[in-house]
Amino acid sequence: MAILDQTACQMRDALRRRDLTAADAAEASLAAIERLDPTVAAFVATDACAVRRRAAEIDARLDAGGPVGLLAGVPVAVKDNMCTADGLPTSCGSRILDGWRAPYNAHVVERLLAADAVIVGKTNMDEFAMGSSTEHSCFGPTHNPWDTATVPGGSSGGSAAAVAARMVPLALGSDTGGSIRQPGSLCGVVGMKPTYGRVSRYGLVAFASSLDQIGPLARTVGDAALLLQAVAGHDARDSTSVNEPVPDYLAVLDEPVAPLRIGVPKEFFTEGLDPEVERLVREAIGVYERLGAKLVEIDLPHATDYAIATYYIVAPSEASSNLARYDGVHYGYRAPEHADMIDMYMRSRSEGFGDEVKRRIMLGTFALSSGYYDAYYKKALRVRRLVRRDFDEAFEKVDCIMGPTSATPAFPLGERLENPLAMYLSDLFTVGANMAAIAGISIPCGFTGAGLPVGLQILTGVFTEDRLLRISRMYERQTDWTSRRPAICEASA
Amino acid sequence: MSAPDLITTIGMEVHLHLATRTKMFCPCEVRYDAPPNSCVCPVCLGMPGVLPVMNGRAVELAVRMAIGLGCTIPAFAKWDRKHYYYPDLPKNYQISEYDEPLGLGGHLDVELDGETFRVGITRVHLEEDAGKLMHAEDGSNVSVVDLNRTGTPLLEVVSEPDIQSAAQARAYGEALRQLAVYLGVGHCNMQLGQMRFEPNISLKIGDGPDGSGGQPRYTPITEIKNLNSFRSVERACAFEIARHRDEFAADPAGYTLENQGKSTRGWNDDRGVSFLMRSKEEAHDYRYFPEPDLVPFVPAPEWVDKIRADMPETPSQKRYKLVTTYRLSPYEVDVLVSDPDLSDFSEEVLRNAQDSSTAAGLIMTEGLRFVNERDKPISKLFKPGDVAAVSDMIFSGEISRSVAPHVFVQLVETGKSAADIVRDENLAQTSDEGELERVVDEVIRENPGPAQDFAEGKDKAVGRLIGMAKQKTGGKANPNVVREILIRKLRG
Repeated sequence: MAILDQTACQMRDALRRRDLTAADAAEASLAAIERLDPTVAAFVATDACAVRRRAAEIDARLDAGGPVGLLAGVPVAVKDNMCTADGLPTSCGSRILDGWRAPYNAHVVERLLAADAVIVGKTNMDEFAMGSSTEHSCFGPTHNPWDTATVPGGSSGGSAAAVAARMVPLALGSDTGGSIRQPGSLCGVVGMKPTYGRVSRYGLVAFASSLDQIGPLARTVGDAALLLQAVAGHDARDSTSVNEPVPDYLAVLDEPVAPLRIGVPKEFFTEGLDPEVERLVREAIGVYERLGAKLVEIDLPHATDYAIATYYIVAPSEASSNLARYDGVHYGYRAPEHADMIDMYMRSRSEGFGDEVKRRIMLGTFALSSGYYDAYYKKALRVRRLVRRDFDEAFEKVDCIMGPTSATPAFPLGERLENPLAMYLSDLFTVGANMAAIAGISIPCGFTGAGLPVGLQILTGVFTEDRLLRISRMYERQTDWTSRRPAICEASA
Repeated sequence: MSAPDLITTIGMEVHLHLATRTKMFCPCEVRYDAPPNSCVCPVCLGMPGVLPVMNGRAVELAVRMAIGLGCTIPAFAKWDRKHYYYPDLPKNYQISEYDEPLGLGGHLDVELDGETFRVGITRVHLEEDAGKLMHAEDGSNVSVVDLNRTGTPLLEVVSEPDIQSAAQARAYGEALRQLAVYLGVGHCNMQLGQMRFEPNISLKIGDGPDGSGGQPRYTPITEIKNLNSFRSVERACAFEIARHRDEFAADPAGYTLENQGKSTRGWNDDRGVSFLMRSKEEAHDYRYFPEPDLVPFVPAPEWVDKIRADMPETPSQKRYKLVTTYRLSPYEVDVLVSDPDLSDFSEEVLRNAQDSSTAAGLIMTEGLRFVNERDKPISKLFKPGDVAAVSDMIFSGEISRSVAPHVFVQLVETGKSAADIVRDENLAQTSDEGELERVVDEVIRENPGPAQDFAEGKDKAVGRLIGMAKQKTGGKANPNVVREILIRKLRG
C-alpha cells in the first residue's frame, strides 16, 4: 500500500516498527503536494528543507529506540490561523498580516511538536476563517479534490482538501460556525469540532473568541481520535480552556455505544435540503437502526434558524473587536501612502482586509454600537442561551443527535460569492453546536450521483468526545466510504 | 432678581497602578526604569492569537482597596472590552470592567483644615494601562511608542460628585493616595505616573429642587483628562470653576448641562489653562461588550473575608490611635500619618518615649530633615529606640534640645546608639551648680548691660545671658539651672 494510502494510525505503527521511516513519509507527502497542489491549492506555505531536517531527527530518535511522542514521524498540516514560530508564516489568508512572522507557537503547535509530528505546511482558509468555501483568501481559492470545479467548503477548506487528496493523513482546522465539519463533509473526510474549552485557543488567531475551537480533520475516525488525543487538554494560557481529564480516545474507540438513542430533529430536514443529501443521511441513520439504535424524533426550535441569525450577530461582533488590532501600526500590512495617522489606519485596513472581512467588521461594529447593543448583541446572547437549552433538553432524552452536516454537496466555485446570504446559510446545521459549545463531528456517509461526498453530522453533549468518536466508529465499521480516493489521486499515484 | 448661587460639584476618576510584580494579563514584569519596549511579550503586544490570563494578585489588591473604601464586593464581576484606536493601545481595545465592577458603593472621609467631609465612592474597578506615545519635538512628524507600560494593572476609583471645591478635590486625591499606600495597594509615585486624576466639574445652579421648585440645573460637565499632580488637580479645578462661572454669567440660559452635555478638556500646566479636547458630539462610542477571552470574576465569600481579616491599618485608624493615645495635635498627626512607614515608626517611638510632644517634635524636625535629604524612609535611617532615647534625654534635661541635630547626624553617620554618642562625645548638660555658678559670675561680669536689664525686670535679657553661659560651656550648660542661678543672683 502506498505510504499516503495508510491511515495515520497505520503510519504511526509502521514508523514504530521501523517498516516506514519518517523521511519516507515526509518525502511522500512533499511529493504529493508537489504533484497535486498546483491543482488543489490546499497549502499556502511549506518548507521542504525544514520538513526533511525534522523527519531525519525523528528517524534518529526512532532508530535509537528512545521514547517518542504520539505522532512520531506522521506528517500533519496546520491551518494558517495557528501561530508557527519557526520558518512558516501565519497569515490567516489575509493581506493584512503580510510580512508578519509569529514570535511564538500556538499551544496546538507546541503539542504537535511535543508529539513528534512533522508539520508539513500551513493550509489555505477563508480570510480570518470568515467563509464557507475557502474562496475568501488572499492566496486564491482551494479546489475540492473530488471535483476541482467545486469548493472544498470552509473555512478550513485547505486542511480538508489536503487530507482528502491524501497529501497528508492529518490536519488541524478551526471551527467557529462549522468551519471544520462543513469542509469535512464537502471533501469526504472526518472533521470534528470538540467541546468549547477542550483544546486551547492560545495561538489560534481569533475570529469569534466565544465560538472558535480547534479540531482534527482526518480520513478515518481513528485518525481523528489520534490527532485530538495529541492536542486536547487544559492550558493555563487560555482562561476558557477547561481542566477536564482527557480520556484515551483510541483505547475505547471500537466499543459500540449500546443502547443508543439517536435524536433526529425535524429542523435538520427542512425544505432547502438537497434530496440526495437527505437520502444518504437517512440511509446512514438507517445503518444505526439496524445496529439496534432507537430513533427519537426531537425538537430543536432554536438550533437552526435562530442560531444562524444570532450567530451572525455574535460572531461579527467579536470579530470586529478581535480584528481591531490590525491597524498597520505595530506589525503586518501598512498602506505605503497616507496623509496622517487616521488616514494610515483607514488605508491599511481598507487595503489589507478582503470584502467578506470588511462586511463582518461593519456588521459587528454596528451591532455593538451605542443604542444598538441591547437590541442586537445582548438579545443574541439571550437567544444563545435558548439554543443551549434546546440541546440540554435533547440530551436528557437522547445520546446523540444526527442530521446532515451541509444542506448541499460541494457547490461550484464562485456560485455563492456574490450572494453572502446563501453562503451564510451553508452553516445552517452546524452553528448550533458552536452556539451551545457542544461536540460535533462530520463523517463521510456516501456520494452523490455526481461523485461528490456527503457528510453525516453527529452531535453529543459537552466533553463527550469519546462517546462521539465511538458512535462515529460504529458506522464507519459498517461502510467503506473512507477507502474511496478522488480521481486526481489515481492519475499518477 | 439676583443671580442664582452656583455650587461646585466635582466627581473624581482616579487611576492608580497596583503594586504587583507582573502585569495584569501576562507574566511581564512591571518596571519603570527599563529600556523602551523591553518588558513586553506577545500578550501585552496584542499579537494575533494571544489570550489574557488574569493576575490574581492584582484582583486581591483591588478588592483590598474596595474594602478599604467601604465598598460592597459583588458576588459576580465581569471583564469587558472598551474600544478605541490609538497607537499606544496595541489591541485597540482595553480590557476593563464596565457595568459589573468588583467594588460598589463606598465612601472616603477626608480631613481638610480640621474639618471632615465625606466623598461617596461610586465604584472601584480594574483595567489595563496603555503604553506611552512620544512625539518627536524636532518637527520631524515622527512618533515613537513604548509599550513597557502596556498591561500594567490599573485601578480606577470613581467618586460621587460630592467634592465642593478645588481644595477639597486636592485633599480627596491626597487622602486616596494615603489610603492606597497604607493598604499596600499601590506605591502611588506621582513622578512615575503611578497615579492620575480626572475631575468632572459642574456647577449646580441655584439651591436645587427645593429652592427653585423644579429639578436641579447644572452647568455642562467638563472632564479634565490626565492630571498627574495634586497641585495641578487643585489649579485645574479652580480654573475650571471660574471658567464655568464666567460662561454661565455670559449665557445663563444656554450654558447648561441640558443644552451642552459633557465635554472633555486637557490641562496646560505651564500656562495654567484648560482647553477643549472633545465636545459632546465628538464623544467616543467605546462599544463595550463582555470580554470573551476571560471568565467572569466570582470571588468566594471566604476569600473576601480573608482579605477583610488581613487588612492593614488605614490612615484614619492610625490617626485615631495617635490622637487618643498620645494626645498629639491635629497638625502633628497630619504630618506623622502622611506615610505608613513614618506613622509606624512614630508609633513605635511614642510607645517608648516618656513625653510624646518632645518625641513627635524630634521626628518632625530632625527625623524628616534626613528623610527629605536622603530620600529614604525614616525606618531605614533611624531606630525608634534611639529617637525615643534622645527624646527622653531632652525631657529629663540630660542633654540640651540644641544638641539634638548633632546627635541625629551621628546616628545616621556612625550607626552608634544615642546613649553611646552622648557619652562618647560628652554631650550631657552640666547641671553642676558649683561649676555653673562660677560660669554665671563670669557672664554677669562680662555683660553688665544685659545683667542690669534683667535685674531691673526685663525678662527678655535672660536669653542673651543664658546663651553666653552655654557658649562658655560648649553648649552643655543646662539652661534651666543657669536661669535659676541668674534669678537668685540678680533678683534675689
